[in-house]
Amino acid sequence: MTRSVTHASFTITRHWKASPARVFAAFADQQKKDLWFGGGAEWTPVSRSFDFREGGKEHAAGRWKSGVVSKFDCIYLDIVPNERIIYSYVMHLDDRKISVSQQAIELHADGEGTKFVLTEYGDYLDGYDDAGSREHGTNFLMDALEKSLGN
Amino acid sequence: MLNYQLDQTFAALADPTRRAMVERLVTGPATVSELAAPLPMSLPAVMLHLKVLEKSGLVQSEKAGRVRTCRIEPRMLSQAENWVADRRAMWERSLDRLGAFLDSPENET
Repeated sequence: MTRSVTHASFTITRHWKASPARVFAAFADQQKKDLWFGGGAEWTPVSRSFDFREGGKEHAAGRWKSGVVSKFDCIYLDIVPNERIIYSYVMHLDDRKISVSQQAIELHADGEGTKFVLTEYGDYLDGYDDAGSREHGTNFLMDALEKSLGN
Repeated sequence: MLNYQLDQTFAALADPTRRAMVERLVTGPATVSELAAPLPMSLPAVMLHLKVLEKSGLVQSEKAGRVRTCRIEPRMLSQAENWVADRRAMWERSLDRLGAFLDSPENET
């Protein structure tokens, strides 16, 4: 296997009508988080743990329709209720470690709603020859299109 | 650089007209008039959308005589960009679901 590391970052900004407290709860409460986190309808949970506090760990693994199992393991590093969550996470596809990332979630009051900013700094590991993820990657445009067309 | 290119790509796809143009081009190359035909707007307006798509790297066009032909640019993203775009797309989809949850009645309390 060729060893390589690609360093990159990206930011996603959203505006929601819900208050920062509600958005925070969607991350802090496992029942709420399970309603949106993971892979949606095409993803079947395999194993799960959740310990939302500084130093606490979260784990979520699930099987995609393709049979590939994705695994998310995170450790919470900084939590300011209703304002900020920072964690590091490792992603696996089957047994292959594909990335080590840090993510900062920032919640800003925006009228009665919330301006949500997610920033990821990632190390993406060992090239792109993994058939599953590579195919998924090149299909991202089509996914975006499909989503935009309401499937 | 990476972020800049991806931002342009996502911004280009944020518009329904441009998505319609990309959707058409996914099925094969088309002239500007063919692209414009189903769209409820003037040719100059279509040209402006085409410029945005070209700048994003999603679409290429070339002029032969008086006809400009457009095609999708399948290699628009480097492998590294694909890698990151995939991760970003994963989070975009999760945040779509989060947004829907936040708006739902079960989140009232």
